[in-house]
Amino acid sequence: MPVKVLTGNHAVAEAVRLSRVKVIAAYPITPQTTIMEKLSEMADKGVLDARVLRVESEHSALAAAYAAASAGARAFTATSSHGLLYMHEVVWWAAGSRIPLVMAVVTRAIGPPWNIHVDHQDIMDQRDTGWIIGIAQENQEVLDMTIQAFRISEDPRVYLPVMIGLDGFILSHTSAPVDIPSQDEVDAWLPPRRQPYVITPESKIVMGNISDDDEHFMMRYSMHVAMNEAKRVIKEVDESYGKTFGRSYGGLLECYKCEDADYAILLAGSWAGDAKTAVEMLRSEGYKVGVIRIRFIRPWPREELLEIASRLKGIIVFDRAVSMGSTGILLGEVSSTLYSTKISIRGTIAGLTGVDVGPEAFYTQAKEFIEKVEQQGHVYEPLHWLLPPRYRRRGKPGKIERAEVVM
Amino acid sequence: MQQPIIEEPRTYFKAPLSTPQPGSAGVTGAWRVKKPVVDPDKCTGCQICWLYCPEDTIIILDTGKVTVEYEYCKGCGICAEVCPFNAIKMVDEGGA
Repeated sequence: MPVKVLTGNHAVAEAVRLSRVKVIAAYPITPQTTIMEKLSEMADKGVLDARVLRVESEHSALAAAYAAASAGARAFTATSSHGLLYMHEVVWWAAGSRIPLVMAVVTRAIGPPWNIHVDHQDIMDQRDTGWIIGIAQENQEVLDMTIQAFRISEDPRVYLPVMIGLDGFILSHTSAPVDIPSQDEVDAWLPPRRQPYVITPESKIVMGNISDDDEHFMMRYSMHVAMNEAKRVIKEVDESYGKTFGRSYGGLLECYKCEDADYAILLAGSWAGDAKTAVEMLRSEGYKVGVIRIRFIRPWPREELLEIASRLKGIIVFDRAVSMGSTGILLGEVSSTLYSTKISIRGTIAGLTGVDVGPEAFYTQAKEFIEKVEQQGHVYEPLHWLLPPRYRRRGKPGKIERAEVVM
Repeated sequence: MQQPIIEEPRTYFKAPLSTPQPGSAGVTGAWRVKKPVVDPDKCTGCQICWLYCPEDTIIILDTGKVTVEYEYCKGCGICAEVCPFNAIKMVDEGGA
């Protein structure tokens, strides 16, 4: 198993190659990434036996990948930010037709104004589409999660497409050592492609024709059943992958130093690494803190979270996506999951639009929250904004007194 | 290309699949406001209406002339529009 220094994008490409994907579709311009560049190069050199389709838009890119998947090919596409939003209609169609498919999403801020840096607004926008949605922390996990995604998606208990999120630039364009499994190992671990039906010119199947409303309702219900089943499948796949490749991540969520923790920082994505550093800082001062890193937004790890929360006094949630007019996305999920508990919760919106949040910020925010809970006994603060440093005022976090136009 | 394995789903599963057959979208004839009526004396059997009908509800008779399948004809009027011999008239449905 060679260890190579790879960007997150190239880690995705290696995983796609090892998964023996047959059809890849992409719109080859911004916001496309070097995922497609690498895959095209692999196909050109003959290391990857796949058709690479260049289409005229992201809407068509997903439509082409999804059509190839319906016809029986293991298919893949990748996109980012505005490309993902342009796909949004087909995102629903792919899930609703129950065709296994994998897509990588380099998570980036949405305009206006144009912005190429990380946040989770784009991928959270797909939350309710019926796709299984994973978010990785680092490049090794990006590779592992992508290979696993094919097995999860093609499991007959699931038959739903899977989206893998990797943070823009922080993972996508940053190099790190990645252990690349051999083709033989992946061939032995990843079963041949399975799917519920195949559409060919001879199959005489119509997908998506107008239907009875009751039947349509039951299709939604069946997707929900499959999502629930996917919780078990994701755990099984993670364990099985761990046995074969020596890396296991904990299934739907990763719990870092939760065993003896009284408090936890909850978040998803690459900044979990910074939160873990903050945990070391806090622990050196005697605060028993852990990190709950959400690996899968869908299906949502409700049961796991309830179990962990039963041992905690408080959770501070960091959201890199906000539902304007409500709260952060994760905070909403966490609040509804933990409604029946007495746990303290704070929702902090931070790191939007690529604004950097380092270990010191996690340290300060978590410490402030812990001390407040210790003093007051119970705290529920769903909406706390951690503004960019130059907008923060000493003693008055989150308060802006006048309207501003930034030119 | 290696063929995929088609395996039955192992949970409650309902996908939006259908096989083409008459009336798979319901009795669409009930949608009509006007109905096309073919004048067999004017009809030459050119079958252009059959070619244009979006719902496949023009029926070709043994004589080569046409009639309409009213159970599913939506009454769009394309057949009357394209008929080069004015052999199809759109007539108000019932009521009046």
